[in-house]
Amino acid sequence: MDREVLLAIYVLLLAVFLGVELIGKVPPTLHTPLMSGTNAIHGIVLLGAMIILGQADNWWLQVMGFLAVVLGAANVFGGFVVTDRMLEMFKKRPGQGQK
Amino acid sequence: MIDNWRDALVDVAYLVTAVCFILGLRFLGNPTTARKGNQLAALGMAIAVVATLFSSDLEEGGSINWTNIGLILAAIVVGGAISSLMAKRVQMTAMPQMVAIFNGMGGATAALVSVAEFMHKEGIGRGEVTSIVLGAIIGSISLTGSIIAFLKLQEMISGRPITFPSQKMFNAGLGGLIAVLGVLIIWLQDGSTAKLLMWILFIAALALGASIVLPIGGADMPVVIAILNSLTGIAAALTGLVLSNMGMVIAGALVGASGGYLTLLMAKAMNRSVPSIIFGAFGGGPEGAAAGGGSTEERPYRSTSPDDVAISLAYAQNVIVVPGYGLAVAQAQHAVRELADLLEEKGVNVKYAIHPVAGRMPGHMNVLLAEANVPYDQLFDMDDINDEFSNTDVVLVIGANDVTNPAAKTDPTSPIYGMPILNVSDAKQIYVLKRSMKSGFAGIDNDLFYDPKTSMVFGDAKGVVTEMVGAVKQV
Repeated sequence: MDREVLLAIYVLLLAVFLGVELIGKVPPTLHTPLMSGTNAIHGIVLLGAMIILGQADNWWLQVMGFLAVVLGAANVFGGFVVTDRMLEMFKKRPGQGQK
Repeated sequence: MIDNWRDALVDVAYLVTAVCFILGLRFLGNPTTARKGNQLAALGMAIAVVATLFSSDLEEGGSINWTNIGLILAAIVVGGAISSLMAKRVQMTAMPQMVAIFNGMGGATAALVSVAEFMHKEGIGRGEVTSIVLGAIIGSISLTGSIIAFLKLQEMISGRPITFPSQKMFNAGLGGLIAVLGVLIIWLQDGSTAKLLMWILFIAALALGASIVLPIGGADMPVVIAILNSLTGIAAALTGLVLSNMGMVIAGALVGASGGYLTLLMAKAMNRSVPSIIFGAFGGGPEGAAAGGGSTEERPYRSTSPDDVAISLAYAQNVIVVPGYGLAVAQAQHAVRELADLLEEKGVNVKYAIHPVAGRMPGHMNVLLAEANVPYDQLFDMDDINDEFSNTDVVLVIGANDVTNPAAKTDPTSPIYGMPILNVSDAKQIYVLKRSMKSGFAGIDNDLFYDPKTSMVFGDAKGVVTEMVGAVKQV
């Protein structure tokens, strides 16, 4: 197997363990924003769509790539915006610092 | 040894992105830093997108195709503008649907990228083909699964399990077909036959995603969305493997793992296993549950008026509010907050007890109450507040049902036996706001309603609470 792929799988596994560790500490209060936040992060697949469209050398690849970039960008923007909207509302009692 | 500075810089940018995501997720774990965490993750994403624009990966045969770069920018603007608008406008109660849509978009992107990559590349390795096949299958399932989940949550199709004869056989057959096609494609590696098979695989996986989610009941959709979210993360990581893009591998794996873990947490809070949720409709779960509830004979209960409740609340020392999905449906969160504020002014100590699965997705209730300006330090998770019910004078249950049913602790024959519940029945006085005596999602009677300490208040939650607010003002 290609060493580069092996290395990528290595990184992938470490990231999996890290993902579980990070979530284990999150209180249930924040599960909804967390779900929509991670939802935005998997919009990273947008990068793949950009690469496909960048390399497209015929019209139907351009169509597929264009569609993929639109959807990927929508996933990213929508996910982050909606999460920000939710978290903006999380406030402590007035007069206890932190707005 | 760096022989290509341009791509080395792009890789460094991806590393920065990965750090932003990891720290962002960490900050998301605390209410005071959560917003910053999300913004940090967004910054990381922006860095990755800009870096990719300058990467040599975007070149075709050593030269940049400016038309394609223009198309990329246009597509980002179009997609970003549409979804930002949607995200700004969506009602907080509709949050689960919104997450489902965005998730479906991510799944669609992963599937399209996988299929397109396979169609245009010649002579790719077997490892890459395997990743492509898996990415295409998982992305497609995530896409159609999310669409069905959205339609159910939006109530555009029935939230009830939709089944058709020999559905199990159909799904098994479809799954088998996909597996065979996948193995064939990996074996063939490329060529026109493999490409044709890839299109068939793509379509079969789309069909499977829809037919897996159709028979799952609306109340289980939160878990389904968590699973699909995790799947899209995995699909993104697989696509990253194909393109040797570490940014995608790390981000996808983080989401895949965290989504999977979140799914288990949610299933545990409902005392159900993940397989029983996904395949539940086949095993006759709901019918069995209804039968298990048994007693359908009329039992005596007492009911009272909002005015009486108001008086009892105003003279209490400790009050706990138990909000459920019914509260969100009735849009009563603002009225409830007004009531709580009034009581606090009178020196009553008001807390909210939040069951992990209250609302339509985990933590949904917290968001709905936050929208009504309820400070989050007034909200208590089940484990933190369960011991306090015995010292509580009045508990106000609004639109919650199964999560308060003592049968989960006392009756081993009950279908919800073993589900963690809020110990509402320990309180001195309990008022339950409900539309009628109808049973909850689990389809069983709630013993709490027949408790001598319990009085029912019937009506629309918003109207009833508003009446209470008026009455408390008079006290």
